[in-house]
Amino acid sequence: MKLMLIAIWHYRHFILTSIRNDLRTRFARSQLGAIWGILQPLAQSAIYALVMGRVLGSRLPDTTNKYAYVIYLLAGLAAWTLFAEMITRCLTIFVDNASLLKKMVFPRICLPLIVSGSSLQNNVFLLGTTLAIFIIVGNDPTWAWLWLPVLIIVTLAFGLALGLVLGVLNVFVRDVAQVMNVVMQLWFWLTPIVYPVNTLPDHFALVLRLNPMYAIASSYQQVFLWGHMPHFKSLAVIFLASLLVLAAGLSLFRRASPDMVDVL
Amino acid sequence: MNGAVLQVEGLGKAFREYRMEWQRMLGWFGGQQKPKSESWVLRHINFQMQAGESVGIVGQNGAGKSTLLKLVTGTLRPTEGSIRVAGRIAAILELGMGFNPDLTGRQNARYTAGLMGMSPDQIDAIIPAVEEFAEIGAYFDEPIRTYSSGMQMRVAFSVVTAVRPEILIVDEALSVGDAYFSHKSIARIRKFREEGTTLLFVSHDAGAIQSLCDRAILLDHGRLLIDGAPSDVMDYYNALIAEKENATVEVHELETGATQTISGTREAVVETIGLFNAKGESVEYVNVGEQVELRVRAAIHGGIPRLVFGYMIKDRLGQPVFGTNTYHTRQILEDVRDGEVVEFRIVFPMNFGPGSYSVSTALCSSDTHLVNNYEWRDLALVFTIANQNRASFVGTAWVPPQIEILQHRK
Repeated sequence: MKLMLIAIWHYRHFILTSIRNDLRTRFARSQLGAIWGILQPLAQSAIYALVMGRVLGSRLPDTTNKYAYVIYLLAGLAAWTLFAEMITRCLTIFVDNASLLKKMVFPRICLPLIVSGSSLQNNVFLLGTTLAIFIIVGNDPTWAWLWLPVLIIVTLAFGLALGLVLGVLNVFVRDVAQVMNVVMQLWFWLTPIVYPVNTLPDHFALVLRLNPMYAIASSYQQVFLWGHMPHFKSLAVIFLASLLVLAAGLSLFRRASPDMVDVL
Repeated sequence: MNGAVLQVEGLGKAFREYRMEWQRMLGWFGGQQKPKSESWVLRHINFQMQAGESVGIVGQNGAGKSTLLKLVTGTLRPTEGSIRVAGRIAAILELGMGFNPDLTGRQNARYTAGLMGMSPDQIDAIIPAVEEFAEIGAYFDEPIRTYSSGMQMRVAFSVVTAVRPEILIVDEALSVGDAYFSHKSIARIRKFREEGTTLLFVSHDAGAIQSLCDRAILLDHGRLLIDGAPSDVMDYYNALIAEKENATVEVHELETGATQTISGTREAVVETIGLFNAKGESVEYVNVGEQVELRVRAAIHGGIPRLVFGYMIKDRLGQPVFGTNTYHTRQILEDVRDGEVVEFRIVFPMNFGPGSYSVSTALCSSDTHLVNNYEWRDLALVFTIANQNRASFVGTAWVPPQIEILQHRK
């Protein structure tokens, strides 16, 4: 563990450069460049707002804001986008970097850190735009917004913990990535992001309680739409659980490491 | 460690396959499972390298050469045994170094240097030298996807060798790319060697092995067959390629300490071989440019449909200097009978430079010894050329010069 931290410290500049390169290459040959990183989730929310806004918007409780649904949607999507990006990228992180892992010797733990940094970077751009939209539609900042960094950290930790475990497993059993594609879609629709939670039938209550993304997404929504405190207790539980899973993930990663290049 | 920079002991690498992947995973947590199949790519490998030594690894495809380099570099982990390394390793394994096609050569060079663990200051310091060494001009600031494979190789080699490592590992990469850069990179490797870098490299190029290495290691089917002088190892390797079902390979220690390799089916064998001067006297010392005759008597055991005789004169390092055979000279013998003795007499001027030379002979059925190798005999004859009456010169070829000097004074 100590060695790992020393290695990370030694490679800190490399990690930061890679995060920058990541942004540079992802949109390297598109005209609008990095703007796509923001445009895509915004377009997605515009579609939901158009299709569902009428039907679902009126179901949101305790608000008179006529843009309430848009705010609700954007808040939930800000959380989900970060989480989903972490999962999908961690899932294929070792497989995608196979040629690098076969040719160069470097601390492999850098890879998940680069993904975390670059996902965080994308998310910050998206959040910046989202907050700007909030202010434009007249949803003025409240003190509750200061909870945002905590929300981001919890989301990131949860995504990284789960993503690392899945990423290691996917090296050996490639079906994991395929299964996760489906699971992530199901997961998205089982989390109240597009629809208000009160539209769900009661027997989904257990599913919601077991879904960490519900607690996370609804915290975003609480903070931005209603200006309330987030579900502090659930967030703390999720964060601690994430740390445990992360520790397990690191241990799995360390044990799987010698076999990894053999099967890549 | 007695000064060894690299010590490999009982090294083995197996690739294991399991019926179900979870069995492999169980193994990580102590619940060792029996794999469905286990293939040992390398086993029982022992060798060490002293500082400044250079060792070439030879062997047929699939012999485990690349795996060995990957294990030493550290991208693969050994299944058994140990590797101890003292010092920084730089490795060029295969082509490309995992470059990102959308980044420029410069950005990729910085990235690779970062991967090697360099700090931003160090990277800033080496990049101008990398650009200069790679010699790809304005392409250095173009995306890698516009590069040819030779250009990628140039950038990769330039970055990896920008700082002299204690141990340099090169996997055939030098054969890629143009002759000019290949010479340039070999020159850099030689310079590193003089400065004390230990070199470990794989090549199919016998010339490169013999000119760059102090020692060579022959791998075959994952085992280390021999570890010795490059010329001996290359001879053995040649014999190994020629080895067929009923052929044998013999290695003799000669009085001079060199090892002689003889292989083949023995349906035709060289009985005597000798070098004679113009007066018909057997000689061991020959003057530069002297007219000589090489006489080889071969005995035939069992009928042979076609017989081709070939010979090769090699220099002290085992590099071929001249060789040909009766296939190329259109003197193929057909239907040679059992018990016959065939004598080959080759007359030629000894237009070689001073030094020690050896003759290898081959008796086979066509122009390569890879099919129907009756006998391949290395170091069949050793002789020395001395410069007795010519103007002093260096090199392995005697090319009589006529130097005309024209002085134009104003």
